[in-house]
Amino acid sequence: MIPALILVPIVAAALSLIIRHDNLRRVLFVSAALTHSGLTFVAWSCTPEAILNGWLMLDAPGLLFLSITSVLFLAASFYAVGYLNFEKKQEKQDFEDGSFFTNTPEAIFIACLLAFLATMTIVTVSQHLGLLWVAMEATTLATAPLIYFHRHHRSLEATWKYLLICSVGIAIALLGNFFLAVAASKTGGQDTRLLLSDLIQQGNTLNVPWLRAAFLFFLVGYGTKMGLAPLHTWLPDAHSESPSIVSALLSGALLNCAFLAILRSHQVLSAAGQSEFSSSLLIVFGLISIIWAAVFILGQTDYKRMLAYSSVEHMGILALGVGVSGAAAFGAMLHVVNHSLTKGMLFFVAGNILAAYKTKASKDVRGIIGIIPASGVLWLAGFAAIVGLPPFGIFLSEFTIAKAMFEQHRTGIAIAYLAVLALIFISMSRIFLNMAQGKAPQGIPAQAGSETIFNILPPALLGVTTLIFGLYIPPFMNTALHEVAKAIGGF
Amino acid sequence: MNLISIANSVLAVLLAPLMFGIINRTKAVFAGRTGQPLLQAYYDISKLFQKGAVYSNTTTWVFRAGPIVGFAAVLAATVFVPFGGLPALFAFKGDFVVMVYFLGLARFMTVLSALDTGSSFEGMGASREVTFSALAEPSFLIGLAAIAKYTGHISLSPMLAGINAASWGHAAPALALIGLAFFVVLLAENCRIPVDDPNTHLELTMIHEVMVLDHSGPDLGFIIYSSTLKLWLLGSVLIGIIVPVHSGIFLLDTVSSLLGMLGLAVVIGIIESTMARLRLLHVPQLLLGATALSILALVLVLR
Amino acid sequence: MDNSIDTIMVLLVLMNLMLLGLSSLGTCIRVVAAQGITLGILPLVIHGGIFDIRLTLFSAAIVGLKGIVFPLLLSWAMRDVNAQREVEPFIGYGKSVIAGPLALAVCMWLGSRLPLPLDIVSPMVMPVAFFTIMCGLFLIVSRKKALSQVLGYIVLENGIYTFGMVLAEKQPLLVELGILLDVFVAVFVMGIVIFHINREFDHIDTDRLSSLRS
Repeated sequence: MIPALILVPIVAAALSLIIRHDNLRRVLFVSAALTHSGLTFVAWSCTPEAILNGWLMLDAPGLLFLSITSVLFLAASFYAVGYLNFEKKQEKQDFEDGSFFTNTPEAIFIACLLAFLATMTIVTVSQHLGLLWVAMEATTLATAPLIYFHRHHRSLEATWKYLLICSVGIAIALLGNFFLAVAASKTGGQDTRLLLSDLIQQGNTLNVPWLRAAFLFFLVGYGTKMGLAPLHTWLPDAHSESPSIVSALLSGALLNCAFLAILRSHQVLSAAGQSEFSSSLLIVFGLISIIWAAVFILGQTDYKRMLAYSSVEHMGILALGVGVSGAAAFGAMLHVVNHSLTKGMLFFVAGNILAAYKTKASKDVRGIIGIIPASGVLWLAGFAAIVGLPPFGIFLSEFTIAKAMFEQHRTGIAIAYLAVLALIFISMSRIFLNMAQGKAPQGIPAQAGSETIFNILPPALLGVTTLIFGLYIPPFMNTALHEVAKAIGGF
Repeated sequence: MNLISIANSVLAVLLAPLMFGIINRTKAVFAGRTGQPLLQAYYDISKLFQKGAVYSNTTTWVFRAGPIVGFAAVLAATVFVPFGGLPALFAFKGDFVVMVYFLGLARFMTVLSALDTGSSFEGMGASREVTFSALAEPSFLIGLAAIAKYTGHISLSPMLAGINAASWGHAAPALALIGLAFFVVLLAENCRIPVDDPNTHLELTMIHEVMVLDHSGPDLGFIIYSSTLKLWLLGSVLIGIIVPVHSGIFLLDTVSSLLGMLGLAVVIGIIESTMARLRLLHVPQLLLGATALSILALVLVLR
Repeated sequence: MDNSIDTIMVLLVLMNLMLLGLSSLGTCIRVVAAQGITLGILPLVIHGGIFDIRLTLFSAAIVGLKGIVFPLLLSWAMRDVNAQREVEPFIGYGKSVIAGPLALAVCMWLGSRLPLPLDIVSPMVMPVAFFTIMCGLFLIVSRKKALSQVLGYIVLENGIYTFGMVLAEKQPLLVELGILLDVFVAVFVMGIVIFHINREFDHIDTDRLSSLRS
């Protein structure tokens, strides 16, 4: 089962490079995504057996993150069909500075997307921290061509920053792996392998100073990829310059994978009795990220960058939730699910808006409801979901985290957290509502025809799902989330 | 105090001008020329001593004192440096600082007498000389400090005596770094390529030569003599590190050191024939590099 | 044997200092190549100089990649983008060269604070690895040309690799292969990107890549 999960996207990627016919390739793409999510769905009912001496295994956190990735990818694959139909193949003019550019060939784009799925799948199933690292590096390489889909100089700038910053981050994470290996080595006797289960089992024999240093490097290294401030600098550029479908996957799936890597090292530290050290670091980075994001959302003029900073904010909330632990760990896991669904939905809708208005400046976008009504409604719904209005799922998860903070008498952190969320709510409502309401500017043709089932259904379904999770958490998911929370030291 | 060690100073005075001869001969061989006689420096100096001196009306006694005090200071510095089988005439704690500052005194007097002429060219040369030697001095002193730390002595004779073939066996990296740094210092202090070109006579590019343009007769003779002595002096410190033969047999030690000096002169000659002078802007980089090497050596012996 | 490891470590430090102080990109590439070859020798001497077929092959691979392939790729990129030297880095060469030994002193201190729980081969290895990593990071942040940043990245990898050599016999080959793969693909991809940056902008000064802000 695990080999199938990894091999399906890889084989499909290879095939999509060979296939010459566009429609056939798109069918293959969607069916690969469908197969992958089908397999993931089966994995919920029967746990797949471990392979390669336990190097690849699907445990509770892995399954959760795999499912999120798979669902989001499925939605993205549907959306991609409409998007690729809409994108012209010939050289076209850039709407910001008027220069001419072309797109990356569709075959390469789809192959990279599938390779991206494969590498993220490996991240979620790998139990060996070295293998996890290799997979994380592979995600960087798979996504770089995706960000450079529109071959113009702004996307190139974003790709360069992404590659350089994330490569350095990943190199630092490798150093973390080495430090962990030092911490696990013993003078005389068998060294502990870098397998998660072994590390947790023999946690108390690990060398503490080296273990702490290793966590610090993991946090900085993978934190770069996850977009924790102040290491997030690649994130707004990459999110705003890549196609919306890629932004959705970066935000909803890739950042989660990096977060999973940090969670794994947090698990090891908890097993070694050092959870206090790692938790306090996570809280500090989480708070910095939320505050930093709030400051940048406040004066934001570009709605895709605003969504990117919102991702920084939510990654901060995740780090904070895991750091606070206890009931907040459950809240953080619920938040992972809800954030991915909501952010995927918002980026898809942002793609529709960009296609209709041909600008990323939020002040030039007015009256979405009048021009593209379905997208306008989804945009407003997405706004309500992302800022955490009830009854959407994010309200529930953010509330759980805040409640846990008060229960643990961390009032200072709780007040800062709530105040920053309120600030973000205000600045976001200004941007979102101004875009949705009002009179559309001159020269925007009424393009009701540009709304098809492909670009409305995926965001709508994602939105409905997060709405449902806000009202009712299915029991199987409840147990799964609790299991994950337990694995990372909460309940 | 070992009276026989006065032979070190005598040897320096006798043989130092020969170094110039060897360097020039090496350069001549590289250029395919016959070249000057090996003893040309001796001829030059004795010729200059037989001439009268010309003094400008604008100069004062400082101008006249400069060459003599400079020569005396360098000569005095030779009594602190051991050579071959003989220890130094004077050895006390911290004597290497005295040695370095005797050299500093010589440079100070040269600079003063250059400034005393009131010529703008000489002032420019003086400012360059001071800048570069200020950059070279840390490298030299830190290198000496590293040797002091390594050998556990703070007097030049036991410091150099403490380095032998065995120390190259287990501290080769540090010693090689110090040797390299000292070599750069030696080139800079003696105004050799790539820091300064002793043959050039274009005032804009010169450093040392431009400062002594106004000296003539015996004064110029003293200046040339003291610069050969300085080369000998720094060379014998360097040779003390990179050719550490301490067999106890006087003749063997001295001959190997003399051969080392000969080799050093040949190497300088080769460098002068194959390299070009660095741009003035890049000289500080070279000297900072030498300082970095010395610091590195110090870090290595400190751990 | 101790001396040969120390010599290699000092050579690494010297090459780092040269990279900090040199402005010519071509020379920098050659220094990085020399560093790669020096690192290639490291696995042979670090474990007592015992002949071992796995280590020999590994060493040959490192020399081939770090010493020959990457430098060739980079000089090809350099010729292609027609960039000869790094002009006006954010931090000057003189300052960088002096900062080098001071950083090394800090690394030595760090190395003494974090003693390795292994029977270590030479106490120099850890501080020098840290120092190389710091030099790499420094080059990445202080230089403007994309090519110099790639060089800095390779130096960073070299430092991590040096550290990894301490663990070479403890952990299986996977770790080492990870480094090779990583560096190889990174340089490859970055080379392509440099090429594209040059085509789009007619320069490879990354400080002028600044249209995306806030």
